[in-house]
Amino acid sequence: MSDIAIELRGIDKSFGLVHANRNINLTVRKGTIHGIIGENGAGKSTLMSILYGFYQADKGEIVVDGKTVTIKDPNAAIASGIGMVHQHFMLVENFTVLENVMLGAEDSQILNTSIAKARVELKRLEREYALEVDPDALIEELPVGLQQRVEILKALYRKADILILDEPTGVLTPAEADHLFRILGQLKDQGKTIILITHKLREIMAITDEVSVMRRGEMVATRPTGETSVEELAELMVGRRVLLRVDKGEANPGAVKFSVKNLTVRDGRGVTMVDNVSFDIRAGEIVGIAGVAGNGQSELLETISGIRKAVSGSVDLNGTPIDMTGNADPRDLRDRGLAHVPEDRHHVGLVLKFEESENSILGYHHDKRYLNGVFLNMDAIRADAEEKIKKYDIRPPNPRLRTANFSGGNQQKIVLAREMERGPDVLIIGQPTRGVDVGAIEFIHKRIIEMRDQGKAVLLVSVELDEIRALSDRILVMFAGRIVGERAPDATEGELGLLMAGVEDRKEAAE
Amino acid sequence: MDFFQTLMALLESTIRVSVPLIFAALAGLFTERAGVFDIGLEGKMLGAAFAAGAVAAVTGSVGAGLLAAVLISVLLSLVHGFASITQRGSQIVSGVAINFIVAGSTVILGEAWFRQGGRTPALSGDARFQTITFPFAEELRGVPIIGPIYADLLSGHFLLTYLAFAMVPISWWILYRTRFGLRLRAVGENPGAVDTAGISVIWMRYKAVICCGILCGFAGAYLSLAMNAGFVKGMTAGKGYIALAALIFAKWRPLNIMLACLLFGFLDAFAIRLQGNPLPLIGQVPVQLMQALPYILTVILLAGFIGKAIPPKAGGIPYVKER
Repeated sequence: MSDIAIELRGIDKSFGLVHANRNINLTVRKGTIHGIIGENGAGKSTLMSILYGFYQADKGEIVVDGKTVTIKDPNAAIASGIGMVHQHFMLVENFTVLENVMLGAEDSQILNTSIAKARVELKRLEREYALEVDPDALIEELPVGLQQRVEILKALYRKADILILDEPTGVLTPAEADHLFRILGQLKDQGKTIILITHKLREIMAITDEVSVMRRGEMVATRPTGETSVEELAELMVGRRVLLRVDKGEANPGAVKFSVKNLTVRDGRGVTMVDNVSFDIRAGEIVGIAGVAGNGQSELLETISGIRKAVSGSVDLNGTPIDMTGNADPRDLRDRGLAHVPEDRHHVGLVLKFEESENSILGYHHDKRYLNGVFLNMDAIRADAEEKIKKYDIRPPNPRLRTANFSGGNQQKIVLAREMERGPDVLIIGQPTRGVDVGAIEFIHKRIIEMRDQGKAVLLVSVELDEIRALSDRILVMFAGRIVGERAPDATEGELGLLMAGVEDRKEAAE
Repeated sequence: MDFFQTLMALLESTIRVSVPLIFAALAGLFTERAGVFDIGLEGKMLGAAFAAGAVAAVTGSVGAGLLAAVLISVLLSLVHGFASITQRGSQIVSGVAINFIVAGSTVILGEAWFRQGGRTPALSGDARFQTITFPFAEELRGVPIIGPIYADLLSGHFLLTYLAFAMVPISWWILYRTRFGLRLRAVGENPGAVDTAGISVIWMRYKAVICCGILCGFAGAYLSLAMNAGFVKGMTAGKGYIALAALIFAKWRPLNIMLACLLFGFLDAFAIRLQGNPLPLIGQVPVQLMQALPYILTVILLAGFIGKAIPPKAGGIPYVKER
């Protein structure tokens, strides 16, 4: 028995020209929570995929519990006692909890026998680790927090001693995240080893014993968590000093530029996603909408940008009332001074196969500036794109490069440049920094504040509570399709967390 | 004419024409539940029918014919599997390609080998399936209502007919009560979950595709060895597509599939019966309209009456590991 759970020696992995992992060495001690932190694309996920047998390393050795092992597929990883909780849950949604837990680890060819055995084992695990979940519930009917618990149970059911969690808190409310951390603490006390992959510095500081930092495919440092600081880790991640706090002055709100009135939206199945929502945004202020993903924010954004039809309700844009149940379309709204940075830049914001310059005018391509009669004026478009590239520091600075070849942060800058440079009166931004590296986040936040200071009305929707708190002048919290409360940006995280979990606003309820 | 007699005759032919639909739709059930869409049911069935007819004609053995049908159909399934699972090609394109290749090559090979205008020689005796008569069928025929139902409706079909109906509960049991079925359904919903559980997605999908091939083989053999005495070019006549419609109509569930196939079979039998006979009140109905009914019905029913048919979530998407 050694007290080292996992040791990686000289792991190296390339995908074509991309050198995802360079000579990685990592030692994880048994019974600890070991954090791995790094920007998007730093190679964390690749490293963990190698450990879980999704990829084979080109070079290097994996030592589990003192023995050198070859992990050629997830089966081998499971056999070595490694379990993984994926960022996107690997669950079959229309199966029950039991079926999901035993999938791939069934005891017999006949299902009933396997189910009976799994039920007993699941009960035991629930008792041992206090992980309660109804074994017969369908996954799709469970809240995400419980779905994640099923993922953990899956790993434990396969007798995992080492648990890898990949960005586990992205979909959780602060309260659910706290609960998860308590569970992880408990697992650690029972002797399990936990590897936590995240880009959230706060989580690292809160629960890990040791932390390793990755940058551009390399492991740049490992520190005992008690002996490091958020500032040091951020600097290690980015490779230079980063401003973690957003500098912003007082807001000078002017007249109301944009108001949403009694908006109700249903999805394809007839489920109400946005429930009678009303709010105003003034010129020169940022209104943030906080909430756990899936509480109607996406539908709200799509509706007020004209992509989706409302069941009832209207908006006032620059003083013009627009009925959102029928004739509003994105182009019309744009012409009236609204710009929209969609949440999902890959599917809505950009056409990844187009070249950068084409994406930089997408949706404004009917503008006379970019046209030569009925034809596109490519020279004008490229010149325009180059200007934006310079101003927004988009790299590589090549307007003819295919958009798919830009990094997440640079793709987001392409969208931002397109929407902001039009000089809209109202700017709607969804998840501005999702999948964007720390360096670019800083830049994007600055630009959003600048827009505000130029007197634009900004609506910011984000599932990152820190981002909402740092940028917003007012915070609205959305839960189950309704605005359940409004807070000033200095509201505590606990207070907002309660609202995000649907605990009604007592102040307003009393009124 | 005696209404009861007409009804019995109609139901009897309903069963007869439903059999290939049931086999083919169940075949589609296995692949589509595993996430591989298969528009090539038609081609596989046709290829199997040809192989069955040709081999039975040459060997004089119905067993050899059936075996050849299953082999050819599984082989075609593996081609579809190779294109759409291993090479991650478009499942629709691969299926359509199989349909075209088979439609053409059966005629060419048939003409080259047998020189009967694309037909295979007429089969008789041991080269063809015989109907099975239940005990006491003749004796009980005289008993009112129950007698004819037993003697004509239940008794007197081919072995493959009984197998088709038996395959309905068997398929259900395999899909919902065995480990293989659990994994097969999982791979059609979220292959990532299967992969991370340490099971090969590729191999699971191949197994499903092979199941599909076997069942399509039965469907084809039924056409040329049981329902008809030999292969006729293009004899599937769109049954593969009707089976697909039945599969969607049945929302990818075994019992519903049987009911849908019986309904479509009934419409088919009705259309045949109606040829030349005017309907009361309506008068002469063009036979093409009746033949189009299953499709029209599918569209109408899917459009509103039975609610949304939700296909397996990962259907049609080749599995690629995420980085």
